[in-house]
Amino acid sequence: MGWHKRVLRVNLTDGSCNAEALNMEWAAAYLGQRGLATKYLLEEIDPKVDPLSPENKLIFATGPLTGTMASTGGRYSVVTKGALTGAIACSNSGGYFGAELKFAGWDMIIFEGKAASPVYLLLRDDSAELLPADDLWGKSVWETDEILHRRHQDPQLRVSAIGKSGEEGVLFACIVNDLHRAAGRSGVGTVMGSKNLKAIAVRGTQGVKVKDPARFMRVVAEKKQILAENAVTSQGLPTYGTQVLMNVINEVGALPTKNAINVQFDGAGKISGEAMHEVRASDGKSNLVANKACFGCTIACGRISKMDKTHYTVVNRPEYWGASGGLEYEAAWALGAATGVDDLEALTFANFVCNEQAFDPITFGSTLGAAMELYEMGLISAADTGGTALNFGSAEALTKMAELVGKGEGFGKVLGLGSKRLCEKYGHPELSMSVKGQEFPAYDPRGIQGMGLTYATSNRGACHLRSYTVASEILGIPEKTDPLATEGKAGLVKAFQDATAAVDSTGLCLFTTFAWSLDDFQPQVDAACDGEWSLERLSEVGERIWNMERQFNLAAGFTGKDDTLPKRLRKDAAKTGPAKGRVNDLKKMLPEYYQLRGWDDIGVPTQETLARLGL
Amino acid sequence: MMRSLSIAPEKCTGCLQCEMACSYENEGVFNPAKSRIKVFVFEHEGRNVPYTCTQCADAWCKNACPTEAIQINAATGAKEINNGLCVGCKVCTIACPFGTVNYNHATGKVIKCDLCGGDPACAKACPTQAITYVDADWTGYGKMRGWAERTDNQSSAQV
Repeated sequence: MGWHKRVLRVNLTDGSCNAEALNMEWAAAYLGQRGLATKYLLEEIDPKVDPLSPENKLIFATGPLTGTMASTGGRYSVVTKGALTGAIACSNSGGYFGAELKFAGWDMIIFEGKAASPVYLLLRDDSAELLPADDLWGKSVWETDEILHRRHQDPQLRVSAIGKSGEEGVLFACIVNDLHRAAGRSGVGTVMGSKNLKAIAVRGTQGVKVKDPARFMRVVAEKKQILAENAVTSQGLPTYGTQVLMNVINEVGALPTKNAINVQFDGAGKISGEAMHEVRASDGKSNLVANKACFGCTIACGRISKMDKTHYTVVNRPEYWGASGGLEYEAAWALGAATGVDDLEALTFANFVCNEQAFDPITFGSTLGAAMELYEMGLISAADTGGTALNFGSAEALTKMAELVGKGEGFGKVLGLGSKRLCEKYGHPELSMSVKGQEFPAYDPRGIQGMGLTYATSNRGACHLRSYTVASEILGIPEKTDPLATEGKAGLVKAFQDATAAVDSTGLCLFTTFAWSLDDFQPQVDAACDGEWSLERLSEVGERIWNMERQFNLAAGFTGKDDTLPKRLRKDAAKTGPAKGRVNDLKKMLPEYYQLRGWDDIGVPTQETLARLGL
Repeated sequence: MMRSLSIAPEKCTGCLQCEMACSYENEGVFNPAKSRIKVFVFEHEGRNVPYTCTQCADAWCKNACPTEAIQINAATGAKEINNGLCVGCKVCTIACPFGTVNYNHATGKVIKCDLCGGDPACAKACPTQAITYVDADWTGYGKMRGWAERTDNQSSAQV
């Protein structure tokens, strides 16, 4: 229980949709969602496959607690070989779509092959149909959502779709569900576009059952109470969202600014969570309209914003006047600090466009930051960009380029390559702030040392959501460590990576871990799922998943040499703030990390480690 | 004391914990499709509104029922469906001006909120107190108190 024990396999090449039993032996070893879908992918594709070829597969996976009353039980993940990275990709999203998929009676959908022409999947409980999407091709996520609701006369359909960016091959296209929740990173939307799959519309009426309902209800109520009493999950996140971090991270000197040339941004206050609450002079309203929960979430950190109708980006464009997904911290950083833009409304507009056309604001903002540096060095000219001056701090450049990337047009096509390929194209690969092809997010590893190791070793390319040591190094959760120290960080990163991999396989949200530890997940998983789920077993599942993802990447051609950081972070010292004079000392952490992982000195898991984890 | 559900939409975050609690209480399964309370999300306005039966005193559904299958629970005031008498004719679903009585094709009966026998699961599950179960004669108490709190009589007293 927890699982429906059913998988929908959709072959896009021959148009068939077939139900099959979930492999329960794998579910017992990998739990669900991230872990279980990665196991399926590893078993079913050659990791060396071209991510945009029909041989790659695309898996939408829920966890056993998705669609239950456990707080935040609305998550699903999209697992595939990433278009941006060529590494294992696993992008996690909230909203309502994941729970609806579960209510329809499915644990996961595996898409394989490639449709001859655009299609979408209409899934209503047991009924699965691939329908023509020729008329949807070229439409935004927002238009697609509206058309599908109208066409099927069902306001309760939940839609997950790609925008035009994913159709046009922008390498960091994402998949957006419920209008503004995204499986955001590594180009999972690009893979979806390469398969000619425009959208999935799902409606479920079957519900979810758990193993021991009475115990489950008791335990989830107790765990919800912890979230309700914790300052971060009951005050900080509902009030400011993840944007609570903007001023905090700037003050500790770890806000990568203007393509990480600096570690502090003068305009941070103007684009912060606090600024979103401020009343605008123009219309007497604040940018933030309300906070919003995803399915089942008792934290409700989501931002719902409305644009200032007089802002240059939206004058006479009423389609952007309604409320929609507002800035969260990573997006505000990427669209703002990384580009030097401090116009909150311009950032909000760019964020709306990221949702509307489904592309990752982190990679977009960081790539634009790199292009701005190349522009200021004279290596990119206005002739290249179609006449737009790409100076740091230009809101016009930001919003213009967001629209071009969204449509995959003009210089948007070049930015759509991501920073690694863009910087190589202009002869300066070192200016790409990426690891394994993916841009790092809003924490500068010169000011938060553990994040350097986090980025260097993340299996999906640089990412904060694989081991969020910021919790410990800055926020003191579960205990405070010195952000400028390297001692002990290898163990911290490993522990966070393993626990996170387990959490990402449950169907619950990582943000609960500001208040919960793995001990709090364990009784919820145990009450919901067949078998006995001890803390030891759950921890081991996390470690097993991490090593399996590593195996995928090694088989795909990555080596220990890819566990590195951009030269700027290792060589150019922070110029201001508490970390002034510091670089990231990755070399001091990495060997110890390999050792703690049970990997050899070139980063390959030893036979002993693999055997211990049953791999 | 008779109590009544009180809904404050401005506090709702759209988490649907109420829908799951309702379906679990009534059907033993987590299934919003079988919930007696629905949350409506108005995306373009950023508003979420929970909606369910208000338990009319002179109930349209009860008056319309030809088999007297809708009965008043004396302890709670809830209008409850007697499944033994309900024939699934759906006249009550038409009579209810608010749409809060609905037909369940799986059972051939109608379903509506019955206040869980006096301990509504939705109110217990709501994390933001958008749904509360309060004194039926004082459903406006919280709002009155809120406005009273904002009455600026202190400064006028100082003048």
